[in-house]
Amino acid sequence: MRDQLKSLCALLVIGVLAGCSTTGGDKSATGEAAVEDRSITTEGGAVSTGVAGSGSFAGYSLDDPSSPLSRRVIYFEYDSSNVGAADQDLLSAHAAYLAGNPGQTVTLEGHADERGSREYNIGLGDRRSQAVRRILELHGVAPHQVNTVSYGEEKPAAEGHHDVAWRLNRRVEIVYMGR
Amino acid sequence: MRMIFRAVLLYLTIGAGAAPAALTIEITQGMEGAMPIAVVPFGWTGSAAGAPENIAAIISSDLSRSGRFAPLPDRDLVAHPTAAEQVQFHNWRMLNVDNLVIGQVTETGAGGYTVQFQLFDVFRGKQLIGFSFPASHADLRRVAHHISDLIYKELTGEAGAFNTRIAYVTTANRGEQKSYTLLVADSDGYNPQTILNSGQPLMSPAWSSDGKRIAYVSFENKTAEIYTQDIASGARRKMASFKGINGAPAWSPDGRRLALTLSQDGNPEIYTMDLASLALKRLTSNAAIDTEPAWSPDGRSLVFTSDRGGAPQLYRIAASGGQAQRVTFEGKYNAGADFSPDGRKLAMVHGDGGAYRIAVLDIETGLLRVLTDGQLDESPSFSPNGSMIIYATGTGNREVLAAVSVDGRFRQRLSLQAGNVREPAWSPFADD
Repeated sequence: MRDQLKSLCALLVIGVLAGCSTTGGDKSATGEAAVEDRSITTEGGAVSTGVAGSGSFAGYSLDDPSSPLSRRVIYFEYDSSNVGAADQDLLSAHAAYLAGNPGQTVTLEGHADERGSREYNIGLGDRRSQAVRRILELHGVAPHQVNTVSYGEEKPAAEGHHDVAWRLNRRVEIVYMGR
Repeated sequence: MRMIFRAVLLYLTIGAGAAPAALTIEITQGMEGAMPIAVVPFGWTGSAAGAPENIAAIISSDLSRSGRFAPLPDRDLVAHPTAAEQVQFHNWRMLNVDNLVIGQVTETGAGGYTVQFQLFDVFRGKQLIGFSFPASHADLRRVAHHISDLIYKELTGEAGAFNTRIAYVTTANRGEQKSYTLLVADSDGYNPQTILNSGQPLMSPAWSSDGKRIAYVSFENKTAEIYTQDIASGARRKMASFKGINGAPAWSPDGRRLALTLSQDGNPEIYTMDLASLALKRLTSNAAIDTEPAWSPDGRSLVFTSDRGGAPQLYRIAASGGQAQRVTFEGKYNAGADFSPDGRKLAMVHGDGGAYRIAVLDIETGLLRVLTDGQLDESPSFSPNGSMIIYATGTGNREVLAAVSVDGRFRQRLSLQAGNVREPAWSPFADD
């Protein structure tokens, strides 16, 4: 427990040094307990999560910031849901972890940049999260382990109305549940 | 169960706190050839020092916002008649005003008032219309908007849309948290009322055809769900909470069905839901994104957005289902359609060359006209008389609303002092 706390603190320090902000745990309107308030969102929108609890597979740990599993955001081109080759490898690492921890579930949050109409962007975010879901399932993850939700352009990772922000906002976030 | 529902609702509205800030409307592009008109401050007979509402100012502001009228500034009013026998038409002819509005507000006791007005043709020196309305204090603004409607109708031949409302979503940052609020206000920005406040996104407000209810998408349970809510009572009902997308609600003109987007079968498709039985009927079946249904005013067909051709375009399908026909061909991106009240035009988000603007398509001629000049314009919604389109746009780093006349010549901006405002939906005419 103490070690976990330490690594959490270390992550927080890294986050602060990198000029990043901690997210406020995304408390929902219905007052759901804040179970994910250990995540640190970088300016790049990459979410590294210092999660209490162990569980490892193929040498990767969810808690290890140097593990590929600490990378939990996949980015996309404009109006596209194609997953690039590097991200395929990343997803297979997540898939291996999930296949080895069948009790673990993830929510894939699909997002779009702000351009165009809002409900169409919900469709784009959905398509992206479905693309990631298919890859995870191809790598042996059970369907019941994967939930998807599309936020469209409603929850940008980066503010701003330019290419840089848009690139960071076209994404799928892999959120490990209950961790 | 009912108790739980109430408790949740209570939690959701906490934080609304003080009365929400009103939208400020500024005219950003005037219209040449607007009709000059004089609206004289109304007379007042009552116990207080002055009338509780400045009726003439409300009328003047309404007429000015329509883009069709140029009310004379108060300082240019040569006289302040409040009764017909006081009107000297030659004075007003010299100012080149075509029409003159005068009136009086009289206290009738016990919080009651009578508002009387007359509209004159200055050049012919005769009264065009004149009415008297009883009103409570709370009704005074509505009576003023109704008078604006009567004047507009008399002088343009078209229905006015001053006694209508707009729904919109605002966002604000509360520390690290974002706060989303769905509001309804009078079409002049006054009287904003919170429909729902949430820490999670609220989207896609849509009016029922009688103007009494609103459907919207809420992520309050960390997933998209469609609710309908009675505006007067605040009572709401969860209509759709299927796996995946529950989005883009649109009431049928007869009020019996809701069109919506669901992805429960794997990808976004258009459905209609019978509001009495909650039975679903799937209209589209395509591997593409099909979303944003908009009912034609006769209720026989729907236009929706689909990227089945590779990029988002508008398609039309019968309300009973069947083959969809493509409607838009100009530009790489056409989405988020709204029908004009007469069913002849479609407003949409039109993307070409990097900018996303509001365009209007004449369905019969196929002529597409781009009306706005923003970079990220979206969410077009026709006024119920079809004269204006309200939409969301950006200015600097803020989200604001704007309205443009369907001929593109007249523009106005609706903004908040602080915070962002988006997703406007103009109400239908009230059914009362």
